Amino acid sequence: MSTTFGTEETADGTKRGDAFGRWIGHHPIAALVIAVVVIFFLWLVLAPWPAGFEDVFGKKRLFINALFNGVTLGALYFLVATGFTLIFGLMRNVNLAHGSLYLFGGYMGYEAGEWTGSWLFSYVVAFICCAIVGIAMQFFIFRRMEGQDLRQTLVTLGLSIVFSDLMVWVWGGNAVQIDTPDYLSGPIPLPIVLAVKSSGEPVFLQYPLVRLVIFVAAILIGIGMWLALNRTRIGVMIRAGVDDRDMLSVLGYRVQLLFILVFAFGAGLAGMAGIVGGTFTSISLGEDSHYLLASLQVVIVGGMGSIPGAALGAIIIGCAEQIGQTYFQNYATVLTFVIMVIVLAVRPQGLLGKR
Amino acid sequence: MAIVETTGVTPLGTQDLQRTGALSRWVSRHAAILILGVLLLILPAIASDFILVQVAGWAMILGIIALSLMFLAGYGGMVSLAQMTVAGVSGYMITVFGASSLPAISLFWPWWVAAPIAIGIAVAFGTLTGVLASRTEGIYTIMITLAIAAAFFYLTLQNWPIFNGFAGFTTIPAPVAFGINWKHPVPLYYLILFFAALSYIVVVYISRAPFGLALQGVRDNPRRMEAIGYNVTAHRIAAFAFAALIASIGGILMVWLNNQISPGSNGIEATIDLLVIAVVGGLGHPIGAFVGAIIYVILRTFALDALVAVGLDGRRFQTLIGLGFLVIVLFSPDGVIGLWRRWVARTRASDGRTNH
Repeated sequence: MSTTFGTEETADGTKRGDAFGRWIGHHPIAALVIAVVVIFFLWLVLAPWPAGFEDVFGKKRLFINALFNGVTLGALYFLVATGFTLIFGLMRNVNLAHGSLYLFGGYMGYEAGEWTGSWLFSYVVAFICCAIVGIAMQFFIFRRMEGQDLRQTLVTLGLSIVFSDLMVWVWGGNAVQIDTPDYLSGPIPLPIVLAVKSSGEPVFLQYPLVRLVIFVAAILIGIGMWLALNRTRIGVMIRAGVDDRDMLSVLGYRVQLLFILVFAFGAGLAGMAGIVGGTFTSISLGEDSHYLLASLQVVIVGGMGSIPGAALGAIIIGCAEQIGQTYFQNYATVLTFVIMVIVLAVRPQGLLGKR
Repeated sequence: MAIVETTGVTPLGTQDLQRTGALSRWVSRHAAILILGVLLLILPAIASDFILVQVAGWAMILGIIALSLMFLAGYGGMVSLAQMTVAGVSGYMITVFGASSLPAISLFWPWWVAAPIAIGIAVAFGTLTGVLASRTEGIYTIMITLAIAAAFFYLTLQNWPIFNGFAGFTTIPAPVAFGINWKHPVPLYYLILFFAALSYIVVVYISRAPFGLALQGVRDNPRRMEAIGYNVTAHRIAAFAFAALIASIGGILMVWLNNQISPGSNGIEATIDLLVIAVVGGLGHPIGAFVGAIIYVILRTFALDALVAVGLDGRRFQTLIGLGFLVIVLFSPDGVIGLWRRWVARTRASDGRTNH
């Protein structure tokens, strides 16, 4: 089973725009349905809802908030899950300690923030700390059991048990909140009309700035990774390693070094995500398994080893979770689960995964 | 994880051995099992109620559930983390259909209606898990079953109409049946012992029956089995269904023993603990599940005091479990029974050297 990191050029080298046009030509009905759905969705977001519509579906404010929370949560899930999917894609290592790395990064970032008072600096600290742990794990343990998928997975499981208990030891069971820096705190108005007052004055959406900034940052990181994977030498090596690790090693490339780099980067990303999570809500005991589960769902839905897949999966899972929590609280997790089941039933390799 | 059946090779010509010789040989070869069986049967006479239920009973229940995981992982090559969830489903269902302290949810049907329904639902759930998991292979099974386990855990945590949220259910006694009150320690102990022995024997039997052998073939080389004409997917799903049957029995006993069920009963930690039990015991033989369970329960019960006694923090129990698990995975991938087998092989070999 091979996995992919995005960008396939079409076989005859035509540009993407032509392929898009051809696809519409080949699937007129599907294209129409998608267009209608997109237009309806845009209308849902941009236009004020008519009264009858609000009676059936509840306030627009609820929906928009759930949607924005879902998308920004998706950005956080993307940060956690890309590391997971990258490590899995290259090393076939299901890193069940990934949630612990997330939590560890959050705590280290919190400590760094308390010391220096700088929110941005705490990201550097979290990245470096988690990267060091990742390097140590790869260098001391996984290097010695290459190709033994199950054993590696069990080791990561054992590590996650130990890590989470040690973190309870150091930081206790209480939730830790990372403060948003002043220049990012507070909501900002967005040009999205929630409702129209009786005086005819529109009410605009107010949304926390920090979540929007994080969302943009996640997109930038995603684009940066895409460029690194597709335009640099290291990226070529990683993609080659994903497709055929043994061949790459036979060709004389230093696969072990590559593994360590990827493990460090993936772990570091998880650590940075910990700070994001701590800023969005809080970090506490049990969050490690929550984010491990989220990463699992994201990569199962999006496709194992695929970074665009992780982005798509993260948005889907994030939105499903938030919309589920808003509209059917008792069955919110069932919604994400149902999505996962449908994807597995229709495309077992995930939406953007390749067999 | 190859399965090695230790068939004793008799060096002497057996034809001139008398029946009594054969019997004594059988006894000596199975001495450990016989002693263990007698000990388990007379345990109520020598042990306190606490040891009987909270140690032996609890270990056997965990052993039953771990046995279902061992069956899937050892014979089917599919490490499913959803076995504790299957047990949780049947545990919740026996509470919903049977008795609990919440008349608003529980239906208070008699046990002989509630128990089969609970088992039926849990088996259906386990089979569905199998259908999903067997669409992918190997390492993916772990990810998907873990996701299923976590999803069910969060469902029980968030859902109040059926699962009563994080509070769960209390006061779920074992029923009175055949004139015996099964919630008393001694009857409950024998009930658990009966099902533990039964599930062990059935698993051993199935591992040698055509289905079990075909399943082991599927584990070792699915492509070849497919070529011979076996339906690989059907065997995998059937294995999940059978494992779910065992786990669901364990789940009902678990609820009756603990007298309560809450999301924590099938939480991520419980799920992982079950895998720890199965792996530490050893996935190579059904007895491994019970060996792992008794080690785990003894550690869980007494490690706190032991840790404090040697001057360590008793709350670091989880670290101890994790480190023990790591040591086993790193140095003896076939668990404690693997250690035992190697030790036996080595002593046999050295005996052989001294004899000749």
